Amino acid sequence: MTTVETATGTAKTMVLNMGPQHPSTHGVLRILLELDGETVVKAVPDLGYLHTGIEKSCEDKTYSQAITLTDRIDYLNPLGNNLVYCLAVEKLLGLEVPKRAQYIRVLLVELQRISSHLVWLGTHALDLGAMSVFLYCFREREEILKIFELFSGQRMMTSYIRIGGIALEPPAGWRAAVERFLKMMPSRIDEYEALLTGNRIWMGRTKGIGYISTEDAIALSMTGPTLRASGLAYDNRKLFPYSSYEEFAFDVPTRTDSDCFGRYMVRVEEMRQSLKIVRQALNKISHDGPIRSEAPGIVPPPREKMKVEMEALIYHFKIFTEGFSPPPGEAFVTVESPRGELGCYVASDGSSKPLRVHFRAPSYINLQALPKLIVGQLIADVIACIGTIDIILGEVDR
Amino acid sequence: MTEKASQKANVVAERLRAWDPKAIVEVMEFRGETTLVIPRELLRAAAERCREYAELRFNLLTDATCVDRFPHEPRFELNYHLVSIPRRDKIRLRVRLAGADPVVDSLVPVWPGANWLEREIFDLFGIRFSGHPDLRRILLPDDWEGHPLRKDYPVEGYRDVPNTGALFRKSSA
Repeated sequence: MTTVETATGTAKTMVLNMGPQHPSTHGVLRILLELDGETVVKAVPDLGYLHTGIEKSCEDKTYSQAITLTDRIDYLNPLGNNLVYCLAVEKLLGLEVPKRAQYIRVLLVELQRISSHLVWLGTHALDLGAMSVFLYCFREREEILKIFELFSGQRMMTSYIRIGGIALEPPAGWRAAVERFLKMMPSRIDEYEALLTGNRIWMGRTKGIGYISTEDAIALSMTGPTLRASGLAYDNRKLFPYSSYEEFAFDVPTRTDSDCFGRYMVRVEEMRQSLKIVRQALNKISHDGPIRSEAPGIVPPPREKMKVEMEALIYHFKIFTEGFSPPPGEAFVTVESPRGELGCYVASDGSSKPLRVHFRAPSYINLQALPKLIVGQLIADVIACIGTIDIILGEVDR
Repeated sequence: MTEKASQKANVVAERLRAWDPKAIVEVMEFRGETTLVIPRELLRAAAERCREYAELRFNLLTDATCVDRFPHEPRFELNYHLVSIPRRDKIRLRVRLAGADPVVDSLVPVWPGANWLEREIFDLFGIRFSGHPDLRRILLPDDWEGHPLRKDYPVEGYRDVPNTGALFRKSSA
Protein backbone atom coordinates (compact mmCIF):
# COMPACT_ATOMS: atom_id res chain seq x y z
CA MET A 1 0.00 0.00 0.00
CA THR A 2 1.38 3.38 -0.95
CA THR A 3 0.15 6.93 -0.78
CA VAL A 4 -0.44 8.65 -4.11
CA GLU A 5 -1.30 12.16 -5.20
CA THR A 6 -4.82 12.45 -6.60
CA ALA A 7 -6.89 15.34 -7.90
CA THR A 8 -8.43 15.85 -4.48
CA GLY A 9 -5.34 15.35 -2.32
CA THR A 10 -3.53 12.23 -1.24
CA ALA A 11 -5.05 8.80 -1.08
CA LYS A 12 -4.06 5.33 -0.10
CA THR A 13 -3.88 2.69 -2.80
CA MET A 14 -4.83 -0.94 -2.51
CA VAL A 15 -3.50 -3.99 -4.28
CA LEU A 16 -5.98 -6.27 -5.98
CA ASN A 17 -5.01 -9.69 -7.16
CA MET A 18 -6.79 -10.47 -10.42
CA GLY A 19 -6.61 -14.06 -11.55
CA PRO A 20 -5.11 -16.50 -12.26
CA GLN A 21 -8.59 -18.04 -12.30
CA HIS A 22 -10.60 -15.00 -13.22
CA PRO A 23 -13.23 -15.73 -15.90
CA SER A 24 -12.29 -12.76 -18.05
CA THR A 25 -8.51 -13.18 -18.03
CA HIS A 26 -8.99 -15.77 -20.80
CA GLY A 27 -7.10 -18.48 -19.01
CA VAL A 28 -4.58 -18.44 -16.23
CA LEU A 29 -3.25 -14.91 -16.33
CA ARG A 30 -2.62 -13.17 -13.04
CA ILE A 31 -2.38 -9.42 -12.79
CA LEU A 32 -1.44 -7.51 -9.68
CA LEU A 33 -3.36 -4.28 -9.84
CA GLU A 34 -2.56 -1.33 -7.64
CA LEU A 35 -5.72 0.73 -7.39
CA ASP A 36 -6.58 4.21 -6.27
CA GLY A 37 -10.30 3.83 -5.81
CA GLU A 38 -11.33 2.36 -9.13
CA THR A 39 -8.39 3.73 -11.11
CA VAL A 40 -5.40 1.56 -11.95
CA VAL A 41 -2.13 3.07 -10.74
CA LYS A 42 0.15 0.19 -11.56
CA ALA A 43 -0.26 -3.22 -13.16
CA VAL A 44 2.15 -6.14 -13.04
CA PRO A 45 1.26 -9.22 -15.09
CA ASP A 46 2.40 -12.54 -13.69
CA LEU A 47 2.61 -15.42 -16.15
CA GLY A 48 3.80 -18.96 -16.43
CA TYR A 49 0.86 -20.86 -14.98
CA LEU A 50 0.50 -22.76 -18.24
CA HIS A 51 4.18 -23.25 -19.04
CA THR A 52 4.57 -26.72 -20.50
CA GLY A 53 8.10 -26.56 -21.87
CA ILE A 54 7.08 -27.16 -25.48
CA GLU A 55 10.33 -25.70 -26.83
CA LYS A 56 12.39 -28.07 -24.70
CA SER A 57 10.21 -31.04 -25.65
CA CYS A 58 10.73 -30.28 -29.35
CA GLU A 59 14.47 -30.79 -28.87
CA ASP A 60 13.78 -34.38 -27.87
CA LYS A 61 11.58 -35.22 -30.87
CA THR A 62 12.36 -35.78 -34.52
CA TYR A 63 11.42 -32.96 -36.88
CA SER A 64 8.15 -34.62 -37.91
CA GLN A 65 7.14 -35.61 -34.39
CA ALA A 66 7.41 -32.03 -33.15
CA ILE A 67 4.44 -31.01 -35.35
CA THR A 68 1.97 -32.48 -32.86
CA LEU A 69 3.42 -30.25 -30.13
CA THR A 70 2.96 -27.11 -32.22
CA ASP A 71 -0.83 -27.62 -32.27
CA ARG A 72 -0.91 -27.08 -28.55
CA ILE A 73 0.88 -23.75 -28.43
CA ASP A 74 -1.93 -21.52 -29.60
CA TYR A 75 -4.94 -23.78 -29.34
CA LEU A 76 -7.16 -21.45 -31.36
CA ASN A 77 -4.71 -21.46 -34.24
CA PRO A 78 -3.31 -25.00 -34.50
CA LEU A 79 -3.12 -24.96 -38.29
CA GLY A 80 -1.22 -21.68 -38.22
CA ASN A 81 1.27 -23.15 -35.78
CA ASN A 82 1.67 -26.26 -37.94
CA LEU A 83 2.22 -23.98 -40.91
CA VAL A 84 4.91 -21.77 -39.38
CA TYR A 85 6.84 -24.74 -38.02
CA CYS A 86 6.66 -26.62 -41.33
CA LEU A 87 7.67 -23.51 -43.28
CA ALA A 88 10.72 -23.12 -41.03
CA VAL A 89 11.78 -26.76 -41.44
CA GLU A 90 11.12 -26.59 -45.18
CA LYS A 91 13.30 -23.50 -45.40
CA LEU A 92 16.02 -25.30 -43.48
CA LEU A 93 15.80 -28.20 -45.95
CA GLY A 94 15.39 -26.00 -49.02
CA LEU A 95 12.18 -27.87 -49.84
CA GLU A 96 9.60 -26.61 -52.36
CA VAL A 97 5.95 -27.37 -51.66
CA PRO A 98 3.55 -28.05 -54.59
CA LYS A 99 1.22 -25.17 -55.40
CA ARG A 100 -1.88 -27.21 -54.72
CA ALA A 101 -0.74 -27.93 -51.17
CA GLN A 102 0.15 -24.26 -50.68
CA TYR A 103 -3.37 -23.17 -51.66
CA ILE A 104 -4.96 -25.76 -49.38
CA ARG A 105 -2.78 -24.46 -46.57
CA VAL A 106 -3.93 -20.89 -47.27
CA LEU A 107 -7.58 -21.95 -47.34
CA LEU A 108 -7.29 -23.70 -44.00
CA VAL A 109 -5.32 -21.03 -42.15
CA GLU A 110 -7.76 -18.37 -43.30
CA LEU A 111 -10.70 -20.43 -42.03
CA GLN A 112 -8.70 -20.78 -38.84
CA ARG A 113 -8.31 -17.01 -38.65
CA ILE A 114 -12.08 -16.58 -38.90
CA SER A 115 -12.72 -19.20 -36.23
CA SER A 116 -10.13 -17.62 -33.94
CA HIS A 117 -11.63 -14.16 -34.41
CA LEU A 118 -15.07 -15.62 -33.69
CA VAL A 119 -13.89 -16.99 -30.36
CA TRP A 120 -12.28 -13.67 -29.64
CA LEU A 121 -15.41 -11.68 -30.53
CA GLY A 122 -17.70 -13.97 -28.58
CA THR A 123 -15.63 -14.03 -25.40
CA HIS A 124 -14.78 -10.34 -25.58
CA ALA A 125 -18.46 -9.43 -25.93
CA LEU A 126 -19.27 -11.81 -23.07
CA ASP A 127 -16.69 -10.06 -20.88
CA LEU A 128 -18.37 -6.75 -21.59
CA GLY A 129 -21.83 -8.08 -20.85
CA ALA A 130 -23.24 -9.02 -24.27
CA MET A 131 -24.13 -12.65 -23.77
CA SER A 132 -25.97 -13.39 -27.00
CA VAL A 133 -23.07 -12.54 -29.33
CA PHE A 134 -21.09 -15.32 -27.70
CA LEU A 135 -23.73 -17.89 -28.67
CA TYR A 136 -23.93 -16.66 -32.26
CA CYS A 137 -20.14 -16.66 -32.68
CA PHE A 138 -19.78 -20.19 -31.36
CA ARG A 139 -22.54 -21.37 -33.67
CA GLU A 140 -20.53 -20.29 -36.72
CA ARG A 141 -17.24 -21.47 -35.28
CA GLU A 142 -18.76 -24.93 -34.99
CA GLU A 143 -19.23 -24.95 -38.77
CA ILE A 144 -15.53 -24.21 -39.29
CA LEU A 145 -14.52 -26.90 -36.82
CA LYS A 146 -16.67 -29.35 -38.76
CA ILE A 147 -14.71 -28.47 -41.90
CA PHE A 148 -11.45 -29.13 -40.03
CA GLU A 149 -12.82 -32.43 -38.84
CA LEU A 150 -13.70 -33.31 -42.41
CA PHE A 151 -10.14 -32.57 -43.55
CA SER A 152 -8.09 -33.99 -40.72
CA GLY A 153 -10.36 -36.06 -38.49
CA GLN A 154 -9.79 -33.58 -35.67
CA ARG A 155 -11.65 -30.46 -34.67
CA MET A 156 -8.81 -28.68 -32.93
CA MET A 157 -5.45 -30.46 -32.73
CA THR A 158 -5.35 -31.07 -36.44
CA SER A 159 -1.63 -31.64 -37.20
CA TYR A 160 -2.82 -31.54 -40.81
CA ILE A 161 -0.01 -29.47 -42.29
CA ARG A 162 3.12 -31.60 -42.58
CA ILE A 163 6.70 -31.02 -43.68
CA GLY A 164 6.60 -30.92 -47.48
CA GLY A 165 2.83 -30.56 -47.86
CA ILE A 166 -0.27 -31.76 -46.08
CA ALA A 167 -1.19 -35.01 -44.35
CA LEU A 168 -4.01 -36.32 -46.53
CA GLU A 169 -5.78 -35.72 -49.79
CA PRO A 170 -8.82 -33.51 -48.99
CA PRO A 171 -11.87 -35.76 -48.51
CA ALA A 172 -14.86 -36.03 -50.83
CA GLY A 173 -17.39 -33.27 -50.26
CA TRP A 174 -14.97 -30.71 -48.85
CA ARG A 175 -15.72 -28.18 -51.58
CA ALA A 176 -19.44 -28.26 -50.88
CA ALA A 177 -18.78 -27.80 -47.15
CA VAL A 178 -16.57 -24.75 -47.71
CA GLU A 179 -19.06 -23.36 -50.26
CA ARG A 180 -21.88 -23.67 -47.73
CA PHE A 181 -19.83 -21.82 -45.17
CA LEU A 182 -18.88 -19.05 -47.60
CA LYS A 183 -22.52 -18.58 -48.49
CA MET A 184 -23.69 -18.38 -44.89
CA MET A 185 -20.92 -16.36 -43.27
CA PRO A 186 -21.13 -12.80 -44.75
CA SER A 187 -24.65 -12.20 -43.46
CA ARG A 188 -23.62 -13.57 -40.06
CA ILE A 189 -20.80 -11.03 -39.78
CA ASP A 190 -23.36 -8.33 -40.58
CA GLU A 191 -25.46 -9.75 -37.76
CA TYR A 192 -22.65 -9.35 -35.22
CA GLU A 193 -22.08 -5.82 -36.42
CA ALA A 194 -25.78 -5.06 -36.12
CA LEU A 195 -25.62 -6.23 -32.53
CA LEU A 196 -22.47 -4.40 -31.54
CA THR A 197 -21.02 -1.70 -33.80
CA GLY A 198 -23.68 0.95 -33.27
CA ASN A 199 -24.65 -0.29 -29.83
CA ARG A 200 -24.35 2.56 -27.31
CA ILE A 201 -23.25 0.32 -24.45
CA TRP A 202 -20.65 -1.34 -26.67
CA MET A 203 -19.31 2.01 -27.83
CA GLY A 204 -19.23 3.29 -24.28
CA ARG A 205 -17.24 0.29 -23.13
CA THR A 206 -14.72 0.31 -26.00
CA LYS A 207 -14.32 3.79 -27.53
CA GLY A 208 -11.32 5.69 -26.21
CA ILE A 209 -10.39 2.76 -23.95
CA GLY A 210 -6.90 1.29 -24.02
CA TYR A 211 -5.23 3.83 -26.25
CA ILE A 212 -1.74 3.13 -27.59
CA SER A 213 0.07 5.24 -30.17
CA THR A 214 1.75 3.79 -33.28
CA GLU A 215 5.22 4.67 -31.96
CA ASP A 216 4.61 2.99 -28.61
CA ALA A 217 3.11 -0.05 -30.28
CA ILE A 218 6.18 -0.56 -32.53
CA ALA A 219 8.59 0.15 -29.69
CA LEU A 220 6.87 -2.55 -27.63
CA SER A 221 7.10 -4.95 -30.63
CA MET A 222 3.31 -5.21 -30.92
CA THR A 223 2.01 -6.77 -34.12
CA GLY A 224 -1.22 -7.99 -35.63
CA PRO A 225 -4.65 -6.36 -35.26
CA THR A 226 -3.45 -4.38 -32.23
CA LEU A 227 -0.77 -2.66 -34.32
CA ARG A 228 -3.05 -2.27 -37.35
CA ALA A 229 -5.68 -0.57 -35.19
CA SER A 230 -2.95 1.94 -34.31
CA GLY A 231 -2.67 2.92 -37.94
CA LEU A 232 0.17 0.83 -39.33
CA ALA A 233 -0.62 -1.70 -42.08
CA TYR A 234 1.99 -4.24 -41.01
CA ASP A 235 0.91 -7.66 -42.22
CA ASN A 236 3.34 -10.47 -43.00
CA ARG A 237 1.04 -11.78 -45.73
CA LYS A 238 1.65 -8.55 -47.67
CA LEU A 239 5.15 -7.53 -46.62
CA PHE A 240 6.88 -10.90 -46.54
CA PRO A 241 4.49 -13.24 -48.43
CA TYR A 242 4.69 -16.97 -47.74
CA SER A 243 2.76 -19.94 -49.08
CA SER A 244 1.82 -18.01 -52.29
CA TYR A 245 -0.05 -15.18 -50.50
CA GLU A 246 1.28 -12.81 -53.16
CA GLU A 247 -1.21 -14.38 -55.59
CA PHE A 248 -4.23 -13.44 -53.49
CA ALA A 249 -6.09 -10.13 -53.62
CA PHE A 250 -7.13 -8.81 -50.24
CA ASP A 251 -6.92 -5.64 -48.17
CA VAL A 252 -5.20 -5.07 -44.87
CA PRO A 253 -7.75 -3.21 -42.74
CA THR A 254 -6.36 -0.49 -40.51
CA ARG A 255 -7.87 2.03 -38.12
CA THR A 256 -6.44 5.11 -36.53
CA ASP A 257 -8.46 5.21 -33.32
CA SER A 258 -5.87 2.97 -31.55
CA ASP A 259 -8.43 1.93 -28.92
CA CYS A 260 -10.49 -1.14 -28.09
CA PHE A 261 -13.17 -0.14 -30.59
CA GLY A 262 -10.60 0.19 -33.38
CA ARG A 263 -9.18 -3.24 -32.62
CA TYR A 264 -12.71 -4.66 -32.73
CA MET A 265 -13.40 -3.05 -36.12
CA VAL A 266 -10.09 -4.31 -37.54
CA ARG A 267 -10.84 -7.89 -36.54
CA VAL A 268 -14.38 -7.82 -37.91
CA GLU A 269 -13.09 -6.49 -41.23
CA GLU A 270 -10.33 -9.12 -41.23
CA MET A 271 -12.98 -11.83 -41.12
CA ARG A 272 -14.50 -10.43 -44.32
CA GLN A 273 -11.08 -10.26 -45.98
CA SER A 274 -10.38 -13.84 -44.95
CA LEU A 275 -13.62 -14.92 -46.61
CA LYS A 276 -12.34 -13.27 -49.81
CA ILE A 277 -9.10 -15.22 -49.56
CA VAL A 278 -10.92 -18.50 -48.88
CA ARG A 279 -13.08 -17.91 -51.97
CA GLN A 280 -9.99 -17.31 -54.13
CA ALA A 281 -8.19 -20.31 -52.70
CA LEU A 282 -11.22 -22.48 -53.40
CA ASN A 283 -11.07 -21.48 -57.07
CA LYS A 284 -7.32 -21.98 -57.25
CA ILE A 285 -7.19 -25.49 -55.77
CA SER A 286 -7.20 -27.92 -58.68
CA HIS A 287 -9.18 -31.15 -58.51
CA ASP A 288 -6.09 -33.29 -58.58
CA GLY A 289 -2.39 -32.85 -58.28
CA PRO A 290 0.35 -33.53 -55.77
CA ILE A 291 -0.24 -32.59 -52.13
CA ARG A 292 3.33 -33.34 -51.01
CA SER A 293 6.71 -32.61 -52.52
CA GLU A 294 8.84 -35.36 -53.97
CA ALA A 295 11.62 -35.65 -51.43
CA PRO A 296 12.59 -39.26 -50.73
CA GLY A 297 13.81 -39.69 -47.19
CA ILE A 298 12.06 -36.56 -45.95
CA VAL A 299 8.45 -36.67 -47.11
CA PRO A 300 6.69 -40.03 -46.62
CA PRO A 301 5.88 -41.79 -49.90
CA PRO A 302 2.24 -42.40 -50.93
CA ARG A 303 0.67 -45.45 -49.34
CA GLU A 304 0.13 -47.23 -52.69
CA LYS A 305 3.81 -46.95 -53.60
CA MET A 306 4.83 -48.66 -50.39
CA LYS A 307 2.97 -51.77 -51.47
CA VAL A 308 4.83 -52.15 -54.75
CA GLU A 309 8.21 -50.43 -54.31
CA MET A 310 10.84 -51.56 -51.88
CA GLU A 311 12.56 -48.13 -51.76
CA ALA A 312 9.32 -46.46 -50.73
CA LEU A 313 8.89 -48.93 -47.89
CA ILE A 314 12.47 -48.37 -46.72
CA TYR A 315 12.08 -44.59 -46.78
CA HIS A 316 8.80 -44.81 -44.92
CA PHE A 317 10.42 -46.93 -42.23
CA LYS A 318 13.42 -44.63 -41.94
CA ILE A 319 11.37 -41.43 -41.74
CA PHE A 320 9.25 -42.75 -38.90
CA THR A 321 12.08 -44.35 -36.93
CA GLU A 322 15.21 -42.25 -37.17
CA GLY A 323 13.76 -39.24 -38.99
CA PHE A 324 15.75 -37.09 -41.39
CA SER A 325 18.69 -34.77 -40.87
CA PRO A 326 18.61 -31.25 -42.32
CA PRO A 327 21.96 -29.56 -43.01
CA PRO A 328 23.46 -27.56 -40.13
CA GLY A 329 22.04 -24.06 -40.15
CA GLU A 330 19.01 -22.14 -39.03
CA ALA A 331 15.83 -20.64 -40.35
CA PHE A 332 13.44 -18.02 -39.01
CA VAL A 333 10.02 -17.75 -40.61
CA THR A 334 7.21 -15.42 -39.68
CA VAL A 335 3.56 -15.71 -40.62
CA GLU A 336 0.51 -13.63 -39.77
CA SER A 337 -1.44 -15.46 -37.11
CA PRO A 338 -4.83 -14.15 -35.90
CA ARG A 339 -2.97 -12.50 -33.05
CA GLY A 340 -0.01 -11.05 -34.91
CA GLU A 341 3.39 -12.03 -36.15
CA LEU A 342 3.91 -15.68 -35.34
CA GLY A 343 7.52 -16.69 -35.84
CA CYS A 344 9.37 -19.95 -35.70
CA TYR A 345 13.11 -20.25 -35.34
CA VAL A 346 14.59 -23.68 -35.98
CA ALA A 347 18.30 -24.42 -35.64
CA SER A 348 19.83 -27.68 -36.82
CA ASP A 349 23.16 -29.22 -35.92
CA GLY A 350 22.89 -31.83 -38.65
CA SER A 351 21.25 -34.49 -36.50
CA SER A 352 17.72 -35.85 -36.79
CA LYS A 353 16.42 -33.80 -33.86
CA PRO A 354 16.26 -30.00 -33.82
CA LEU A 355 18.99 -28.23 -31.85
CA ARG A 356 16.57 -25.49 -30.92
CA VAL A 357 12.96 -24.63 -31.73
CA HIS A 358 11.70 -21.26 -30.65
CA PHE A 359 8.30 -19.70 -31.20
CA ARG A 360 7.88 -15.98 -31.41
CA ALA A 361 4.50 -15.97 -29.71
CA PRO A 362 2.52 -12.86 -30.65
CA SER A 363 0.25 -12.88 -27.61
CA TYR A 364 3.25 -13.11 -25.27
CA ILE A 365 4.80 -10.03 -26.79
CA ASN A 366 1.54 -8.11 -27.17
CA LEU A 367 0.67 -8.78 -23.54
CA GLN A 368 3.75 -6.79 -22.59
CA ALA A 369 1.87 -3.65 -23.55
CA LEU A 370 -0.98 -4.35 -21.12
CA PRO A 371 0.30 -2.08 -18.30
CA LYS A 372 0.71 0.69 -20.88
CA LEU A 373 -2.92 0.24 -21.95
CA ILE A 374 -4.54 0.09 -18.53
CA VAL A 375 -2.65 2.44 -16.24
CA GLY A 376 -4.94 5.38 -15.56
CA GLN A 377 -8.05 3.50 -16.66
CA LEU A 378 -10.90 2.16 -14.57
CA ILE A 379 -10.79 -1.40 -13.35
CA ALA A 380 -13.75 -2.35 -15.56
CA ASP A 381 -11.72 -1.27 -18.59
CA VAL A 382 -8.92 -3.67 -17.69
CA ILE A 383 -11.26 -6.42 -18.84
CA ALA A 384 -11.86 -4.68 -22.17
CA CYS A 385 -8.11 -4.19 -22.69
CA ILE A 386 -7.18 -7.80 -21.93
CA GLY A 387 -9.92 -8.83 -24.34
CA THR A 388 -8.74 -6.72 -27.26
CA ILE A 389 -5.11 -7.81 -26.96
CA ASP A 390 -6.55 -11.28 -27.68
CA ILE A 391 -4.20 -13.40 -25.63
CA ILE A 392 -4.08 -17.16 -25.64
CA LEU A 393 -2.36 -18.30 -22.50
CA GLY A 394 -1.18 -21.52 -24.07
CA GLU A 395 0.84 -19.41 -26.46
CA VAL A 396 1.94 -16.87 -23.86
CA ASP A 397 3.43 -19.51 -21.59
CA ARG A 398 4.26 -22.26 -24.11
CA MET B 1 17.74 -14.84 -54.12
CA THR B 2 21.23 -15.46 -52.74
CA GLU B 3 22.65 -12.59 -54.75
CA LYS B 4 19.92 -10.26 -53.55
CA ALA B 5 20.47 -11.40 -49.99
CA SER B 6 24.22 -10.88 -50.12
CA GLN B 7 23.76 -7.39 -51.55
CA LYS B 8 21.43 -6.62 -48.68
CA ALA B 9 23.95 -8.02 -46.23
CA ASN B 10 26.61 -5.80 -47.71
CA VAL B 11 24.49 -2.68 -47.22
CA VAL B 12 23.89 -3.31 -43.53
CA ALA B 13 27.36 -4.70 -42.82
CA GLU B 14 29.13 -1.89 -44.66
CA ARG B 15 27.08 0.78 -42.97
CA LEU B 16 27.99 -0.69 -39.59
CA ARG B 17 31.64 -1.14 -40.59
CA ALA B 18 31.75 2.49 -41.67
CA TRP B 19 30.64 3.39 -38.15
CA ASP B 20 33.14 1.10 -36.44
CA PRO B 21 35.52 -1.22 -38.32
CA LYS B 22 35.32 -3.72 -35.47
CA ALA B 23 31.49 -3.82 -35.44
CA ILE B 24 31.12 -6.98 -37.53
CA VAL B 25 32.95 -10.16 -36.63
CA GLU B 26 31.36 -12.31 -39.29
CA VAL B 27 28.64 -12.18 -41.93
CA MET B 28 26.73 -15.40 -42.55
CA GLU B 29 24.30 -16.31 -45.30
CA PHE B 30 22.01 -19.31 -45.14
CA ARG B 31 18.81 -19.88 -47.16
CA GLY B 32 18.54 -16.18 -47.92
CA GLU B 33 18.81 -15.11 -44.29
CA THR B 34 21.62 -12.85 -43.19
CA THR B 35 23.27 -13.06 -39.80
CA LEU B 36 25.69 -10.41 -38.58
CA VAL B 37 27.86 -11.47 -35.67
CA ILE B 38 28.55 -8.51 -33.40
CA PRO B 39 31.15 -8.39 -30.62
CA ARG B 40 29.53 -8.42 -27.20
CA GLU B 41 30.75 -4.95 -26.15
CA LEU B 42 29.29 -3.31 -29.23
CA LEU B 43 25.84 -4.95 -29.24
CA ARG B 44 23.80 -2.10 -27.81
CA ALA B 45 25.56 0.58 -29.85
CA ALA B 46 25.21 -1.46 -33.03
CA ALA B 47 21.52 -2.10 -32.33
CA GLU B 48 20.95 1.60 -31.80
CA ARG B 49 22.56 2.34 -35.14
CA CYS B 50 20.51 -0.33 -36.89
CA ARG B 51 17.41 1.46 -35.68
CA GLU B 52 18.53 5.04 -36.21
CA TYR B 53 20.48 5.13 -39.49
CA ALA B 54 18.23 6.36 -42.27
CA GLU B 55 19.47 3.64 -44.68
CA LEU B 56 18.73 0.86 -42.18
CA ARG B 57 15.70 1.82 -40.06
CA PHE B 58 15.19 -1.53 -38.37
CA ASN B 59 12.35 -0.20 -36.26
CA LEU B 60 10.82 -3.47 -35.03
CA LEU B 61 12.59 -5.94 -32.78
CA THR B 62 10.50 -8.96 -33.65
CA ASP B 63 12.23 -11.65 -31.66
CA ALA B 64 15.16 -12.44 -29.43
CA THR B 65 16.19 -15.94 -28.60
CA CYS B 66 19.13 -18.04 -27.59
CA VAL B 67 20.75 -21.27 -28.74
CA ASP B 68 22.90 -23.39 -26.45
CA ARG B 69 25.69 -25.18 -28.33
CA PHE B 70 26.97 -27.03 -25.28
CA PRO B 71 29.62 -28.56 -25.08
CA HIS B 72 31.11 -26.24 -27.71
CA GLU B 73 32.47 -22.90 -26.53
CA PRO B 74 31.40 -20.12 -26.71
CA ARG B 75 28.27 -22.09 -25.96
CA PHE B 76 25.52 -19.43 -26.15
CA GLU B 77 24.34 -17.69 -29.29
CA LEU B 78 21.96 -14.81 -28.77
CA ASN B 79 19.89 -14.00 -31.84
CA TYR B 80 18.02 -10.75 -32.33
CA HIS B 81 15.63 -10.68 -35.26
CA LEU B 82 15.07 -7.20 -36.60
CA VAL B 83 12.53 -6.00 -39.16
CA SER B 84 12.57 -2.77 -41.06
CA ILE B 85 8.91 -2.09 -41.82
CA PRO B 86 9.59 0.90 -44.14
CA ARG B 87 12.29 -0.96 -46.10
CA ARG B 88 10.69 -4.45 -45.99
CA ASP B 89 13.87 -5.97 -44.76
CA LYS B 90 14.96 -8.46 -42.13
CA ILE B 91 18.26 -9.14 -40.44
CA ARG B 92 19.58 -11.21 -37.56
CA LEU B 93 22.14 -9.86 -35.12
CA ARG B 94 24.08 -12.42 -33.17
CA VAL B 95 26.27 -12.26 -30.10
CA ARG B 96 28.30 -15.23 -28.89
CA LEU B 97 28.70 -15.70 -25.16
CA ALA B 98 30.96 -18.03 -23.21
CA GLY B 99 29.39 -20.30 -20.63
CA ALA B 100 31.59 -18.94 -17.84
CA ASP B 101 30.41 -15.36 -18.19
CA PRO B 102 26.99 -15.11 -19.86
CA VAL B 103 26.40 -11.38 -19.51
CA VAL B 104 25.41 -8.94 -22.23
CA ASP B 105 24.00 -5.42 -22.45
CA SER B 106 20.23 -5.26 -22.39
CA LEU B 107 18.47 -3.87 -25.46
CA VAL B 108 15.52 -2.49 -23.48
CA PRO B 109 16.86 1.08 -23.83
CA VAL B 110 16.77 0.64 -27.63
CA TRP B 111 13.51 -1.31 -27.97
CA PRO B 112 11.30 -1.43 -24.86
CA GLY B 113 9.77 -4.59 -26.35
CA ALA B 114 13.01 -6.44 -25.53
CA ASN B 115 11.94 -6.49 -21.88
CA TRP B 116 10.01 -9.75 -21.73
CA LEU B 117 12.07 -11.37 -24.48
CA GLU B 118 15.19 -10.90 -22.38
CA ARG B 119 13.43 -12.02 -19.22
CA GLU B 120 12.46 -15.22 -21.00
CA ILE B 121 16.08 -15.84 -22.05
CA PHE B 122 17.26 -15.09 -18.52
CA ASP B 123 14.68 -17.50 -17.12
CA LEU B 124 15.30 -20.39 -19.49
CA PHE B 125 19.02 -19.98 -20.31
CA GLY B 126 20.42 -18.04 -17.36
CA ILE B 127 21.90 -15.24 -19.43
CA ARG B 128 22.09 -11.95 -17.56
CA PHE B 129 21.30 -8.65 -19.23
CA SER B 130 23.03 -5.68 -17.68
CA GLY B 131 20.92 -2.57 -17.59
CA HIS B 132 17.63 -4.50 -17.73
CA PRO B 133 15.01 -2.71 -15.60
CA ASP B 134 13.30 -5.80 -14.20
CA LEU B 135 15.36 -8.94 -14.66
CA ARG B 136 13.21 -11.58 -12.95
CA ARG B 137 12.07 -15.03 -13.99
CA ILE B 138 8.93 -14.83 -16.09
CA LEU B 139 7.67 -18.30 -17.05
CA LEU B 140 9.01 -20.35 -14.16
CA PRO B 141 8.45 -19.79 -10.43
CA ASP B 142 10.93 -17.47 -8.71
CA ASP B 143 12.42 -20.30 -6.64
CA TRP B 144 13.10 -22.59 -9.61
CA GLU B 145 16.58 -24.05 -9.74
CA GLY B 146 18.45 -24.19 -13.01
CA HIS B 147 17.67 -23.03 -16.51
CA PRO B 148 15.69 -25.67 -18.43
CA LEU B 149 16.58 -24.80 -22.00
CA ARG B 150 20.28 -25.32 -21.38
CA LYS B 151 21.50 -28.49 -23.03
CA ASP B 152 22.91 -29.86 -19.78
CA TYR B 153 19.45 -29.70 -18.19
CA PRO B 154 17.69 -33.04 -18.74
CA VAL B 155 14.35 -33.07 -20.54
CA GLU B 156 12.74 -34.80 -17.55
CA GLY B 157 14.00 -32.07 -15.21
CA TYR B 158 15.86 -32.30 -11.93
CA ARG B 159 13.00 -31.92 -9.52
CA ASP B 160 9.31 -32.76 -9.23
CA VAL B 161 10.12 -36.23 -10.50
CA PRO B 162 6.94 -38.14 -9.74
CA ASN B 163 8.00 -40.85 -7.35
CA THR B 164 5.32 -43.32 -8.34
CA GLY B 165 7.16 -46.24 -6.74
CA ALA B 166 6.90 -44.74 -3.26
CA LEU B 167 3.23 -43.91 -3.78
CA PHE B 168 2.49 -47.42 -4.88
CA ARG B 169 4.27 -48.94 -1.88
CA LYS B 170 2.39 -46.65 0.47
CA SER B 171 -1.03 -47.53 -0.90
CA SER B 172 -0.40 -51.26 -1.02
CA ALA B 173 1.00 -51.38 2.52
